[in-house]
Amino acid sequence: MSKRKTERLLGLVVCLLSTRRYLTADQIRHAVPGYPEQDELFKRMFERDKEDLRELGVPLEIGLNHPFDEDQGYRIRQQAYELPELRLEADEAAVLGLAARVWQRAALEGAVAGALLKLRAAGMEDGDEHLVPQGIEPRLGTPEPAFGPLWEAVRDRRPVTFSYRAAGRSEPQRRELEPWGVANRHGRWYVAGHDRGRDATRVFRLSRIAGPVKFAGPSGSVTVPDGADVRELVRDWDSAPREHTAVLRVRSGAGVGLRQHAVSVGTDETGPPGWDLVTTRFADVGSFADYAAWFGQDVVVLDPPDLREAVIARLKGVLA
Amino acid sequence: MTRSKARKPGEPEGRGRGVPVTSAGRLQRLLALVPYVVTRKVVGLAETAAAFGVSERELVDDLNLLWCVELRAPDPYCPIDLSYEGGEIVVSQAESMGRPLRLAVDEASALLVALRMLAELPGLEDRSAMSRLIAKLEAAAGEAAAASSQLAVQVDLRSGDGAEGGEGADRLAVQIRAAIAARRRVHLRHYVQRRDEATERDVDPMRLLVVEGRPYLEGWCLRAEAMRLFRLDRMLALTVLDQPSSPPPEATERDVDQGLFRPSPDDVHVELELSADGRWVAEYYPCESVCDLPDGRLRVVLRTPDTGWVRRLALRLGEDGRVISPPSLVAEVREAATAALANYVPLPCRITGTSGPSFQVRRTTKYLVRHLRVDSGRKDVSGGKEERR
Repeated sequence: MSKRKTERLLGLVVCLLSTRRYLTADQIRHAVPGYPEQDELFKRMFERDKEDLRELGVPLEIGLNHPFDEDQGYRIRQQAYELPELRLEADEAAVLGLAARVWQRAALEGAVAGALLKLRAAGMEDGDEHLVPQGIEPRLGTPEPAFGPLWEAVRDRRPVTFSYRAAGRSEPQRRELEPWGVANRHGRWYVAGHDRGRDATRVFRLSRIAGPVKFAGPSGSVTVPDGADVRELVRDWDSAPREHTAVLRVRSGAGVGLRQHAVSVGTDETGPPGWDLVTTRFADVGSFADYAAWFGQDVVVLDPPDLREAVIARLKGVLA
Repeated sequence: MTRSKARKPGEPEGRGRGVPVTSAGRLQRLLALVPYVVTRKVVGLAETAAAFGVSERELVDDLNLLWCVELRAPDPYCPIDLSYEGGEIVVSQAESMGRPLRLAVDEASALLVALRMLAELPGLEDRSAMSRLIAKLEAAAGEAAAASSQLAVQVDLRSGDGAEGGEGADRLAVQIRAAIAARRRVHLRHYVQRRDEATERDVDPMRLLVVEGRPYLEGWCLRAEAMRLFRLDRMLALTVLDQPSSPPPEATERDVDQGLFRPSPDDVHVELELSADGRWVAEYYPCESVCDLPDGRLRVVLRTPDTGWVRRLALRLGEDGRVISPPSLVAEVREAATAALANYVPLPCRITGTSGPSFQVRRTTKYLVRHLRVDSGRKDVSGGKEERR
């Protein structure tokens, strides 16, 4: 942390806020203390300062005072800079306190802290503890390192590349994506967008991204199509409709989870004693065979045959 | 989290901005400090330092820095005038810095996404404060709020085990929150999937957690005499009892930011080898170590107080996962697989009165043949399971 740089940046903000006219780089250099004499050094330092201000969200405007001016100038419009009037009721401030905890120790924790700083600066008093909804504690985790860069890419509309290990693939593959959004479902993060290599809409699970996410184009170069609903894309990817029916023989007292969601549970009069006949719906053979195998000797698949075979294959796989 | 190193241009930021320590970060604080004092007219040093999370000394440094700001052109002048005599800060001149900077995209998005998630949670009876706050923040953030729609969070009540259900979770959440508010004990019939067992227990409910996209009841379980978490989508029944809830002093809520499941010294270490198809295990279960092997295979070590569920996991994985140790578990898994296979041979008696039993006759020979040769052609039966899960 450099105190001189902080002073200079602060001076730059105050200077540009207090002018109505656009100030050229040269005028700024004379008004704000701390810039070097040498032209090349000044230019580089000024570029970096502008970048820093933009990253902080300071709306730097570039323009000309007269159409014939040679050098463009800079200013910050008060109205664009200021947080609009915002008055929070006590119960709203309390809810805000609860919301602020959601990102605790996760990727946007710092952003939340920054927002609270501004809201307090605008006059918000911290919410009354008694008004905070009691007995509830929501959290969002972002253990996936890809979250930060992907959110930045979505926010700034930049394409990205990364290597992705699709389920069951032994080698990761390089993907180039125009990201439309990041969504969390069942506690896991996904990114959806246009896969340039496949020329199709694709959903990726962040935990399967191997290595760094790199930007593959400038800000603003991604167009999100109208009506693209990332939540819906992720949901469709994650959940297929349950259009098949399975008939299972389930040992009495076992398979509680299976019975809970069954279409019907009956006694198996023709089968061996101590078993029930359970009919249930499922989406795909692979996943449901996994689920049925979990119950081991307490569940026997009777129908359909491909499901039955899939379970047998798993059990044999254990012994192979 | 601190980020003392400035990031190179073009290099994506790994995680969000932490405690401001960079020049730009300190600038952020300074820009908020002036309006903080201005809107309050007079404010104590100690109170302000606490609000900004800095020491009084750091705060005084900040104030001095603000006071020293000088612009030279056209004429030299100091835009900010303030004093902090007697521990009270007063800003007498703030120029154009009297209002805070508007919310950045990240800031607006983080709050809006969190609030929208809260608004969807089950069991919150009063959502009006939330909707009012969302509307106010959206209005104040203006354009910065737009990107927040591209960051979506869905808290799902559907059970994740391949079956439908969970519509009752909202009703359960309301009951649980009411029980917490009224300090009443509840009786639970709860499904323990790891053991495939329905259990009955009395619980003194303490709070409703929403972690990793799922709602849980956290409370003192009188049967286990310990704090326990219960997934709402695994609750078979819940009754609020007339007895008061009285968790003992040792009943303390866990720090959810440390992760839900805590290893204990009594845990068994289980070593598993996973194929590329079985890698999801490392994503789903907290692993003590994960080691890459050739061909996309993995070797992982899990720790658990109860290996029963690992046996079930091994059955589910089939050839995609193999228990390496402990040896007792290796033997258990083989026994369980053999016992389960025995159910398929000989064929169950022909069932009547249910849908389509005739296939069994058709396939009898095939099954018998297969069981005589355990290693017979294991064709890919996993069909469309890849890319899902």
